[in-house]
Amino acid sequence: MKKMIFPTILCLLFLAHQGLAETINGAGATFPYPLYGAWAFQYHRYSGIKVNYQSIGSGGGIRQIRERTVDFGASDAPLPPDELRKARLLQFPTVIGGVVLAVNLPQEIRLDPSTLVRIYLGEITKWNDQTIKKLNPQIDLPEREIAVIYRADGSGTTAIFTHYLAQISPSWKAKVGEGTAVKFPVGLGAKGNEGVANYIKRTPYAIGYVEFAYAKQNKLNTPFLKNRDGSFVFPSFESLASAALGADFSAKNHYYRFITDASGKESWPITGATFILLAEEKKEINKKVVLFFDWAFKNGDGKAKELTYVPLPEELKQDIRNYWKINGLW
Amino acid sequence: MRRNNGKKIRKTIGFVALTFCSLAAGLGLFWLIFILGDVLRQGFGALNVALFFQDPFPPGEEGGGLRHAFVGQLLITSTAVLIALPIGILGGTYLAEYGRGKRISHFLSILTDTFVSIPSIIVGTFIYALCVKPLGHFSAWAGSLALAIIMVPIISRTTETMLSLVPWTMREAAFALGAPYYKVIVQVVYRGALRGIFTGTLLSLARVAGETAPLLFTSFNNSFFSLKMGEAMASLTVSIYQYALGPYSDWHDKAWAASLIITATVLLLTIIGKIVLPGGKSKR
Amino acid sequence: MKRGRKEGIAERVFAASTLIAALAMPFVIAAIFYTLWQAAYPAMEKFSVGHFLISTDWDPVRDSFGALPNISGTLVITFLSLVFSLPLSLGIAIFVTEIAPNPLKGIVATAIDLLAAIPSVVYGMWGLFTLSPLMGSYIEPALKSIFAPLPVIGLLFEGTPRGLDILTASVILSIMLIPYAASITRESLLMAPSMVKEAAYSLGATKWEVIKGVALPHAKVGILSGIFLSLGRALGETMAVAFVLGNNHRIPTSLFSAASTITVTLANEFTEADKEIYLSSLFLLALILFVISFFSLIIAKFLLLKERER
Repeated sequence: MKKMIFPTILCLLFLAHQGLAETINGAGATFPYPLYGAWAFQYHRYSGIKVNYQSIGSGGGIRQIRERTVDFGASDAPLPPDELRKARLLQFPTVIGGVVLAVNLPQEIRLDPSTLVRIYLGEITKWNDQTIKKLNPQIDLPEREIAVIYRADGSGTTAIFTHYLAQISPSWKAKVGEGTAVKFPVGLGAKGNEGVANYIKRTPYAIGYVEFAYAKQNKLNTPFLKNRDGSFVFPSFESLASAALGADFSAKNHYYRFITDASGKESWPITGATFILLAEEKKEINKKVVLFFDWAFKNGDGKAKELTYVPLPEELKQDIRNYWKINGLW
Repeated sequence: MRRNNGKKIRKTIGFVALTFCSLAAGLGLFWLIFILGDVLRQGFGALNVALFFQDPFPPGEEGGGLRHAFVGQLLITSTAVLIALPIGILGGTYLAEYGRGKRISHFLSILTDTFVSIPSIIVGTFIYALCVKPLGHFSAWAGSLALAIIMVPIISRTTETMLSLVPWTMREAAFALGAPYYKVIVQVVYRGALRGIFTGTLLSLARVAGETAPLLFTSFNNSFFSLKMGEAMASLTVSIYQYALGPYSDWHDKAWAASLIITATVLLLTIIGKIVLPGGKSKR
Repeated sequence: MKRGRKEGIAERVFAASTLIAALAMPFVIAAIFYTLWQAAYPAMEKFSVGHFLISTDWDPVRDSFGALPNISGTLVITFLSLVFSLPLSLGIAIFVTEIAPNPLKGIVATAIDLLAAIPSVVYGMWGLFTLSPLMGSYIEPALKSIFAPLPVIGLLFEGTPRGLDILTASVILSIMLIPYAASITRESLLMAPSMVKEAAYSLGATKWEVIKGVALPHAKVGILSGIFLSLGRALGETMAVAFVLGNNHRIPTSLFSAASTITVTLANEFTEADKEIYLSSLFLLALILFVISFFSLIIAKFLLLKERER
């Protein structure tokens, strides 16, 4: 028994050390969760610091950082400068990703923006509707009701998606609008990108919108979508990168920018950056958060590409580091 | 002749009614066996050593475990017991001893009983407004506090009932020896009701060990192993919730395994409580 | 004398601490009510409670919130789960007290009570992974084919059955509720006066007639109490239904409608409401739920006391 005491104490000390190590708490968008989770895992191995990121949706990220109940918030829906000022927040992007459609159908199909809008408005209710058939003449579409799936929680993915729909359809803009939580006319609500992916997987004839990494990780069927230049594009790293080209983010307005419906023959129409929100006054904490993302900027591109997120161009990263400096975080 | 026919109809009606009742019991048992069997089947297959000793991997990567959630659940729940036990026992003591017979204790008993079934998510929103928002962060303390609020009425009522069962003559004997009331309670009555109080604690523990909603906005969640009560902490129940609603089948397997462990623990506590508790009177 | 004084102080401290502990519960209840009220106040001011209760809007973009979809979802699911569970609870209670042979009585009673011990998140998981696919693929389509063509009732079976709807949620909830009413009814039936029962038997009554004519009337109040207790529990249940409800802020129109309850809305949206009025509306929902379930449980308790007094 005495022999056991020493190793037991060592074990407990080790656990205590692990359990008491420094933690940075962040919460928000489910959009970058697979990437942030992977980065945090590696960063922990590298530095021993735990970045506890909870994916509760962009709405949650915005709310929690506003109330200062977390160290950083994450949102795919950027806040405009006046709101940032009111809430005393700083904002910068970390990576670019794509919102893709995913369907539970056996075949690969093509969709175009107006059809997509009509499906989500509940105007097109069956898969073998004329409009869809016209886009997919070779495919035998089933005579089944479309199970529309949306985000039930406050979501930046929804913000990007509805921003795109409002951009290309005045009808959508008038009837529903855009934002992190809109009143979807039809469908089922799921929680988080995870929940939407889950529902799509389990519900035949479903359609939903998810961040690309989720579609890829879960091997979902992602349709072609017609872009601004008229070509039907398939979601891929290349089509996302093409859309990200020429995205002009500026530190002047705290990087507030949507980049949906980008031009370019190969560009995926529904792309967006994802952002980190910091509380202005928490200088010490912010320094630590920024250190993590700097590490990610330097070492995380490979993982990002692996999960089909598009890393920010180097000039933008430098611009962001400048932004940190100006705001006393670097 | 008519009387015989009447008897036949009455008997048939009776037979049908009693058959329905037996079928109802059968259906109830069916659900129990079905659900427990499913949890056992799905969860057992996903049990492995890594589940208990490893922390989670990033989302989408297979492997890793739920060590952080097991430890978190233990920490949060045991802290809740430490908070709730003294308050519950003392409260029950008042109702059974100092307040015995008084109208206010009658009123308090009713109130306490009612609170046993209050929506647990409401307790979560309350603690969020009280502890999380003002302090500026989620914490395991807040989670324990929320659970403790749910436990106190159960412990209190069970204590009251158990203390009331201790015969007055025991107290009289102690009084006759010149002992002050509090000593009588602590040294005589408590001792006599010990088993019952212990059972009440077990039952309240069974009740909160499976709670998720009160933890959602208090102890929140943590993807890392943590022993810091002042910070967000993972718990088994919240992890089940998170993993079940996710798309990864690896997460689903882990959620089943965690469900098996939690269900087995809660059922064990409940069964022990029912066996130990004399008279089989469990407080709902 | 010194010892007496010390003991006197100890006595007073102990007695006081028990009183304080006993008062903790009503204090917490009052604190909850006060906190919810305060947090809900902005919404109450903006929407006026009456309007909030009947508005069907749940629109975070336009900052317009109304409780009707969630309240109706809560009430519909509660009602359905009671309809499904109460006959079973009654039947089980009768079985355990009157029909089962002695060794079986205890086992069945304990087994049914175990249904209450299963954590609600496990019910939710089982509902999502096992029951929902069964409902969506087999049971609901079968029900639809039988009942949809019928007039009036057919309206309840409209829509595409997907297993993520109020019917599935109600079934799961009803299983959870069975033990509550069953346990109280069981205790009430046991209190039926055995002498009256014997008299009835000796007059030639059948077993069922004795149950119906003697035991049940005596247990009436207890059964009513069980109903209100189940009601209270059903109103406040979150996890069991959160997984399979479909999260649609719309008044349910058919058994296959996706809907939302107050508890599920709170669970989904509480940490995410990013505007003050949004969060305040959620607190208002919480307050409404608190009041409704509190009253239901108080009524249950009073009925039980009335019965025990007899």
